[in-house]
Amino acid sequence: MSDAPRPAASRANTKKELPERFRNHRHVWVFVEYEHGRIHPVSLELIGEARKLADKLGVEVAGVLLGGSEPEMREAAAQASQFGADLNYIIADPILTDYRNQPYTKALTELVETYKPEILLLGATTLGRDLAGSVATTLRTGLTADCTELAIDDERSLAATRPTFGGSLLCTIHTLNFRPQMATVRPRVMAMPEADPSRVGRVVMHPLGMMEDDIVTKVMGFLADRESATAQLAYADIVVAGGLGLRSRENFQLVRDLAAVLGGEYGGSRPLVAKGWITADRQIGQTGKTIRPKLYIAAGISGAIQHRVGVEGADLIVAINIDPSAQIFDFAHLGVIGDAIEILPALTRAFQARLSVNRLAG
Amino acid sequence: MGALHIVVCIKQVPDSAQIRVHPIYNTIMRQGVPTIINPYDLFALEAALQLRDQFGGAVTVLTMGPPMAEESLRKALAFGADRAVLLTDRAFAGSDTLATTFALASAVSKIGETWGTPDIVFCGKQTIDGDTAQVGPGIASRLELNQLTYVAKISKLDLEAGAIEVERRAEGGTQLLSTKLPALVTMLEGSNEMRRGSLACALAAAQAEITVWNAAAAGIEDLLNCGLKGSPTIVKKVFAPGAHTVRAQQIELQDRNADDIARDLLDQIFIRQPQVEADLMRMASGQ
Ligand SMILES: Cc1cc2nc3c(=O)[nH]c(=O)nc-3n(C[C@H](O)[C@H](O)[C@H](O)COP(=O)(O)OP(=O)(O)OC[C@H]3O[C@@H](n4cnc5c(N)ncnc54)[C@H](O)[C@@H]3O)c2cc1C
Ligand SMILES: Nc1ncnc2c1ncn2[C@@H]1O[C@H](COP(=O)(O)O)[C@@H](O)[C@H]1O
Repeated sequence: MSDAPRPAASRANTKKELPERFRNHRHVWVFVEYEHGRIHPVSLELIGEARKLADKLGVEVAGVLLGGSEPEMREAAAQASQFGADLNYIIADPILTDYRNQPYTKALTELVETYKPEILLLGATTLGRDLAGSVATTLRTGLTADCTELAIDDERSLAATRPTFGGSLLCTIHTLNFRPQMATVRPRVMAMPEADPSRVGRVVMHPLGMMEDDIVTKVMGFLADRESATAQLAYADIVVAGGLGLRSRENFQLVRDLAAVLGGEYGGSRPLVAKGWITADRQIGQTGKTIRPKLYIAAGISGAIQHRVGVEGADLIVAINIDPSAQIFDFAHLGVIGDAIEILPALTRAFQARLSVNRLAG
Repeated sequence: MGALHIVVCIKQVPDSAQIRVHPIYNTIMRQGVPTIINPYDLFALEAALQLRDQFGGAVTVLTMGPPMAEESLRKALAFGADRAVLLTDRAFAGSDTLATTFALASAVSKIGETWGTPDIVFCGKQTIDGDTAQVGPGIASRLELNQLTYVAKISKLDLEAGAIEVERRAEGGTQLLSTKLPALVTMLEGSNEMRRGSLACALAAAQAEITVWNAAAAGIEDLLNCGLKGSPTIVKKVFAPGAHTVRAQQIELQDRNADDIARDLLDQIFIRQPQVEADLMRMASGQ
């Protein structure tokens, strides 16, 4: 039932009547996900987005950093400030070294209750989703998952837009009368802001007030992925992808060849995962990765809405499809109506030729 | 500790591969769209059935939805679940995730009073219609269950000690976690494969008595936490994604061969994205 479009008459016209206890909630917060020695890039993307919302509201952007070591947290806070945070709340305690739901939920809800933000954004990562659901329920406030667009409306409320029904429709959701207004956003949906190395922010330290004995869940180990196609695909500058139009697993090699010449990553549409031509971490789209490369080449992909939502952020979308009426031409920038099985190797040759000229000249 | 008792939350969803959107009103056209058990919930159900087969005990499936959601409960019984509870009341209509977790958590408590406190509550990773992955964590917070999300594998269950160990999908790797029962587990897709139910189960499922609870029967007194009233979020607008104003610029084919077309395409790419050209040239000259 959740988030299913409801008959519009039911509540779309509900008036904003913010209860007294929420009226002093101010500022836009970003939960800054810090694990294994680095900030998750989605948090920096969100700071960029929070900056825009806060400027519209005339308030500040704050980062929230939870972790095991104070020096590391302070360093991460400095980085968050360069990307746009005016201040950072830090809770540093050995209990918070590895992510666990219970202490992280306690830490974040306590910060919210103490310092009262009006908006709280988290990355829609496994960690962010695990945490956001618990925090929203504990605070009894609204949470909109996997937003693709955030804006402030005329009444200073957060308008959070998300795809629904696998992307067939979009809906805009408000948390009118509760605070904070919470939302999660998937990596790469928002653009990465420019860092300004001269920007500095304030730091507010806060205690955790918990003992290790209070926590039932123990982390017994962590096995890092050997090859993280996940991170590489989402953050690649050039991505080449194929779809069912390639007709066979053997032909998919043409996609890999072109990606290799371009020093990019490869991926595909969802049916290819089911067919076993690619692994699930290379699926692009609504239920796969969202990408934002400088160049995206899609060969033999029809451009269904579920695929489209994952690639719309690309600077340049090139589509190769045999069908002039394929949906992908509705949102691609450059199109070739032709057989991908011929065009792909020709394109690989063309790039190779151009690059080798440069190699000789350089 | 008594016999193992597991509750699995499943949701009946429209088969979204077949969903059509009304071209003018932008509403979902549900007529004739078949419903299925949310595919992610089958991984949870199978994990529960495996534990039950290994340790004995019972699996109770729970769904909140309209009366027709009974269908999905019968399917779950056919796969081998032991009993089924349908939570249905007009008061639940329009629930967002927060209100959904209130209703489901109340029903889980009532199931506990009726058939014994569950050791594990399973959910799917997410639904394909709501798609939020929040109902699981929400139920866990409300019932103060230890929360284990994105579980790829249950490595150990020790009923004597009331302990569970799992492999959990985390960012960039796998987390090995141990915690105490009772716990709420959301299963990752691909973690197992749904069994074929036996013929005996299928026959029994068709006849089985399904427990149907309205809000009052589930022990819910305060309807303010339910449905639209209990939902802090409001859907203000539903709309179809807009098309770009300009369609793709087509590379002219003019009966040329693939290599000529490709060179033309490459030129166009570099004209529109000089940055890509610069990056590639730098890479090619080995800098
Ligand atoms: C809930 C849900 C979530 C989904 N999530 C995703 C997702 O994350 N990612 C995703 O990609 N899909 C997703 N899908 C599936 C999506 O709806 C489409 O079915 C899928 O993207 C189609 O894949 P395709 O374009 O490869 O295949 P098709 O739709 O079969 O298209 C093949 C295309 O290739 C063209 N073609 C054929 N031969 C050639 C040739 N020789 N040369 C060039 N072109 C040729 C055809 O004209 C056609 O346009 C999801 C669906 C649902 C219901
Ligand atoms: N109405 C419902 N009835 C039973 N279980 C549900 C319901 N809605 C959600 N769930 C459970 O919660 C999980 C996550 O759902 P969601 O937050 O909608 O993505 C699902 O996989 C189900 O296990």
